[in-house]
Amino acid sequence: MLSEIILKMEGISKSFPGVRALHNVDFTLRRGEIHALMGENGAGKSTLIKIITGVYEKDAGQITIEGRPVQFKSPQDAQNMGIGTVFQEIALCPNLTVAENMFIGRSRSNFVKWKQMNAKAAEMLKSLGIPASPTQELASCSIAVQQMIAIARAVDMDCKILILDEPTSSLDEDEVQKLFALMRELKARGVGIIFITHFIDQVYEISDRITVLRNGELIGEYETAALPQIELISKMMGKALSDVTAMKKHEPPKAENSVPIFEAKELSSAAGVKPFNFAIQKGEVNGFAGLLGSGRSESVRAIFAADKVTGGEVKINGKRVKIKTPLDAMKQGIGYLPEDRKGDGIIDELSVRDNIILALQVMKGFFKPLSWKQTEEFAHQFVEKLEIKTPSLNTPIKSLSGGNQQKVILARWLLTHPMYLILDEPTRGIDVGTKVEIQKLVLKLAEEGMSLTFISSEIDEMLRVCSRLIVMKDREIIGELSGMNLTEQDVMHMIAQGGK
Amino acid sequence: MEALSTTKQRSRISNSTLLFIIAGIIFFLMYGFALISFPGSFMQFQTFFDLFNFNAALFIVTLGMCIVMIAGGIDISVGAVCGLVTMACAMLLQSGAGNVWEALLLALGIGLAFGLMHGYLIAYLEIQPFIITLAGMFLAQGLLTTLHKDPLNVTKPAFVALRNFTIEIPWLGTVNRLGVFIPCEIKPGVFVVLVLVILYAVLMKWSRFGRNVYAVGGNIQSARMLGINVKKTLFLSYVICGLTAGIGGFVFLMTTGAGNIGNGALFEIKAIAANVMGGILLNGGVGNLLGAPIGTLTLLTINELIRAAGVQSNLQAIVSGLLLYLFIVLQSIVMSLRSGRKFRLTLPPWLKPHRLPEEKEAGNQG
Repeated sequence: MLSEIILKMEGISKSFPGVRALHNVDFTLRRGEIHALMGENGAGKSTLIKIITGVYEKDAGQITIEGRPVQFKSPQDAQNMGIGTVFQEIALCPNLTVAENMFIGRSRSNFVKWKQMNAKAAEMLKSLGIPASPTQELASCSIAVQQMIAIARAVDMDCKILILDEPTSSLDEDEVQKLFALMRELKARGVGIIFITHFIDQVYEISDRITVLRNGELIGEYETAALPQIELISKMMGKALSDVTAMKKHEPPKAENSVPIFEAKELSSAAGVKPFNFAIQKGEVNGFAGLLGSGRSESVRAIFAADKVTGGEVKINGKRVKIKTPLDAMKQGIGYLPEDRKGDGIIDELSVRDNIILALQVMKGFFKPLSWKQTEEFAHQFVEKLEIKTPSLNTPIKSLSGGNQQKVILARWLLTHPMYLILDEPTRGIDVGTKVEIQKLVLKLAEEGMSLTFISSEIDEMLRVCSRLIVMKDREIIGELSGMNLTEQDVMHMIAQGGK
Repeated sequence: MEALSTTKQRSRISNSTLLFIIAGIIFFLMYGFALISFPGSFMQFQTFFDLFNFNAALFIVTLGMCIVMIAGGIDISVGAVCGLVTMACAMLLQSGAGNVWEALLLALGIGLAFGLMHGYLIAYLEIQPFIITLAGMFLAQGLLTTLHKDPLNVTKPAFVALRNFTIEIPWLGTVNRLGVFIPCEIKPGVFVVLVLVILYAVLMKWSRFGRNVYAVGGNIQSARMLGINVKKTLFLSYVICGLTAGIGGFVFLMTTGAGNIGNGALFEIKAIAANVMGGILLNGGVGNLLGAPIGTLTLLTINELIRAAGVQSNLQAIVSGLLLYLFIVLQSIVMSLRSGRKFRLTLPPWLKPHRLPEEKEAGNQG
């Protein structure tokens, strides 16, 4: 295959205040290839993409397109150089027709020539094999077709480089195949495609080459055919941090015939995980392992009913219960510390005290307010117990560091005395010291008889804390690992082999 | 060309068209009901024409509002602006300082001024349209009462001639009890309505601006990503709405011949209601411009029906209100059915007939 380099990025660096997002990263895209850009959260994929598309300006490095050095000042610049981007969120207007969506905003003419536009669109749709009619309203197309139309628009704007950012995350199997067919068609036409996804299998199905980033650094560029899945996964996850303080994993009480404290059968939610079974014993710490986007969070959100539950049944201590809203879950003694601290967890403007007592107050109902003295007492108690560093109880939570914010939310849930607590990425973005503190706290709580589910992107952290791991891949539970001596290798093997 | 036909598989009609058709059917049903119930008055063509003759200003104001609503906005100042224009023009004409043409220019000027101001504040300073046009409504009302408190009849001959000018349709009319043929009469304001309807319908369907309005109303974020000048589009939609309200004011004066504090009162509310009945969604992006006159006709027919029934006038408002509820619920049912969701009547939990025993337990704990 004659491979001519179409985009070359060399020594790209980018820093934000306090964070080094990219450091000396190279990336090369050839004409007519599909190049997967891989990496876990925070690896720097999106920063790199934003530099290519002109959203961010690079701090250092050089970009050349077809051998000419370029400097993007705005997304418009990048578009004019033939870089088209299709995001996960489709940026089209659902109320306009397919043809309009392909051409609106591009013509300088004051009048719309419907016939001409529809004819051009029909030709385009036909040549790309997109099953849509130009006069159809966009909203009546499936998401996959809408995605294809967005691609068709980009292609029609003479794009040489097409960036597809998580295009398949809301598509079903059939739709993914249709999208892939279109990608292959464009590839044959010589378009260079950068493909970003969390679905490993899809990478192996369609891509020619893989670039892996981790922690803002280039790990390497590989021929897809020459890189086994297991190696890709280990490259994405990286080596374990060796800051491990000696921690004794908590062994769950051996009681084979005891009734699980929480049990779910065929549970499914609107967020789209395959219906799954799950159970947890009293005093057990387990975890959902898998790469980002594998459905870890979606599963625990289904347990807590944070997403609309669409099916399945739930038992608590062997008794059937209905959990339809987070409040139901809370009343059953389930706590959930969400992954997105900023969005789902803290309430920025409220004080540390108010943030701590929030969940308890909600459970008691707003007509039975806690007295000022009570709240003061509770808050004080937890600030001491968890060593939350705050100037005062009345400080707005937004002025605390990430680790301390996390502790506040943890305190909020501990105050409600849950019997089962779900921690989704409780250690993300916080310093190592606090991380270890939180890990220790989890083990201590389990010893006291609480059941916990602990999720982390860092496998070694989960291995330290959990006695049982539920392994997920592509939104499905593929297996379970338990035992005191699990290693990262075990987990990676399971993900790569898709269970067994 | 063969392959082309295969791609033309399931071209469903668009939401805009569907809602427009529903609005049309509702109007015909409503008018048909009126014909059956009160053949005496509704069988006469003149009754139909009078809906236009006496309400031309409302039709016009509704058209401007329609464009703003499709863009996803709202303009509640139109009624007050309309009233202000009638009084300002009446004073200009009555003081003898200006002729009819100058009065028309004044009407356009006032409407344009409000439109420019609202458009700028909403589109470029990104302030909530509701608040901005609420302020505009107060301003226009204040100016109106400051100008002149009492009704002001325009007696300028040139204007009176215009006011009394009617066009007779010689081949259409009714024969009265004495056997005299009375032809149908149409006021010049109706032609203004007609011209504007055609003009705006063309604008919304075939102009770049019109399509941009739909795009902005459909999804403002996407519209920006698609390279549409969102701010300019929003700005222009409010300018057109203001200008239209100015024209509406002048037509109002042409109909009644007097400036009055109560002129145009509640037009903004009626215009919104009429548009909703015409299938223009408040969320923006959906609706056919021709729905605006259809909706206005439905609204007026309802009022005429109730008046013909001889019930109290406050019942008019009650019935209009109830019907509006009905329309909006109907629209949202249609829209949710179309977006593939199953329609389910969602009841609050305490209204549901059966409660599972577990649910009760869940409620009792904690």
